[in-house]
Amino acid sequence: MPEMLGNILRNLFSKPATVKYPFERPEQVPGTRGELSFDMAKCDQCQDCERLCPSGAIEVDVEGKRVEWDPYRCMYCHLCVRSCMHQAITPLDHVQAPGYKPEKRVFET
Amino acid sequence: MSKQVEEVKTTVFPFGPQHPVLPEPIQLRFVVEEEEIVDVVPQIGYVHRGIEKAIELNDYRRNIYLCERICGICNFMHGMAYCESIEKLTDTMVPLRAKYLRTVWSELARLQSHLLWLGLFSEGVGFESLFMQIWRIREIVLELNEATAGHRIHLSTNVIGGVNMDMDEGLVNRYHADMDMLRREMDTLAPVFYKDKAFREKQVGKGVLPKKDAVHLGAVGPTIRGSGIPQDMRNNYYEAYGFLDFEPVTYDGEDVYSRTLVRFDEVYQSIDLIEAALRGMPEGPIVDKNDGFPDGVAVVRVEQPRGECFYYAVGNGTIHLERMRIRTPTLPNIPPLLHMLKGYEISDIPAIVHSIDPCISCTERITVVDKGGKRDA
Repeated sequence: MPEMLGNILRNLFSKPATVKYPFERPEQVPGTRGELSFDMAKCDQCQDCERLCPSGAIEVDVEGKRVEWDPYRCMYCHLCVRSCMHQAITPLDHVQAPGYKPEKRVFET
Repeated sequence: MSKQVEEVKTTVFPFGPQHPVLPEPIQLRFVVEEEEIVDVVPQIGYVHRGIEKAIELNDYRRNIYLCERICGICNFMHGMAYCESIEKLTDTMVPLRAKYLRTVWSELARLQSHLLWLGLFSEGVGFESLFMQIWRIREIVLELNEATAGHRIHLSTNVIGGVNMDMDEGLVNRYHADMDMLRREMDTLAPVFYKDKAFREKQVGKGVLPKKDAVHLGAVGPTIRGSGIPQDMRNNYYEAYGFLDFEPVTYDGEDVYSRTLVRFDEVYQSIDLIEAALRGMPEGPIVDKNDGFPDGVAVVRVEQPRGECFYYAVGNGTIHLERMRIRTPTLPNIPPLLHMLKGYEISDIPAIVHSIDPCISCTERITVVDKGGKRDA
């Protein structure tokens, strides 16, 4: 019983362990695998990213010199980031929020 | 005066596939006489996903990520087992540092899985605040995962021939500090697991699986170690386990309580293994390039949090695998579960079913299509 009393008092005055999500965002961890940004000045449309992507989220249009990336198919493994020979894909530190309509990001030169 | 014979009425009632206590799609049909369970009929097949076929159709290099999706909790170990099988088929040597890193991360996966189970089990036997305390502690492990690889659950750090992420000194120090913190937090909860009378009453003597039956029915993992048999695939010295000194945790009680304590003690064991692996980790490369296509037959057995996971791969020298067979640890644990349920009461069901740590969604590999309706699958 005395142990419990100490615990109760500690819990009354300590901060909650949870984060009040909509009002307060959790701390951003450096190195989080997030969205992709294609730098078309560096990209040479070699299609390595398209070939390797496990979920088929990247489509490279060689003639049109454009890249389409589907944030809802992407599983954020960053295999494309590591495999790009020209370092044309820059990872960002946030993830696409859920949405109602499918959409694709288009990157053009 | 005529003697009145009491007739015992037999009732069949279903448990699952949707049930508040068991968030897993398995149906157990209990045949009960009043309160006593006399027979159990299982039915699985609700979430068959055809992953083995998908693996055979895919490019073998893309399959790592698919294998990681077999089970969310043991995702790292599935990726690791797949990579090991392809490394065997392509004769790729994995650098020693990569082996140590894989060991650290698989123990981290074991930590988060055991903490998840200890929480869920506590809730199943009616200790809700204990569940919240354990899941609060689990956050330490998940935050380490995020600092390591950028995701909380799916590490995705395995590649064929090694790993794709390294650890710098700052991260190693953080691992040591967090493991110390985890050990301290677990120490505060230890009296509940070892001494609390109400917690023990729900488990001691329930779901007894005698040593002989555990071997005969083919139990794996903490289920068989709770019956006193030191069976652990880590003793096969895959990855860096051969360099680390450890003994499998066993308890001789053969009941639900023994299996709980096995998992509780394995949390401490995993912390020790992570610290030992980080101390012994050599410098060097983390990945060895593999050329060539998988050819031949490979068998890989790894110890997952729930027990032995078995990978069988056949390659034919092309970009696709000829055959892939995966047996996750819950499947061999279902026959022992049915055996240990018989003879106990309805109120013991949650504790006994939870005690094998069922993970049904990763178990489903076959489905029976019965057009004529002659077989009850």
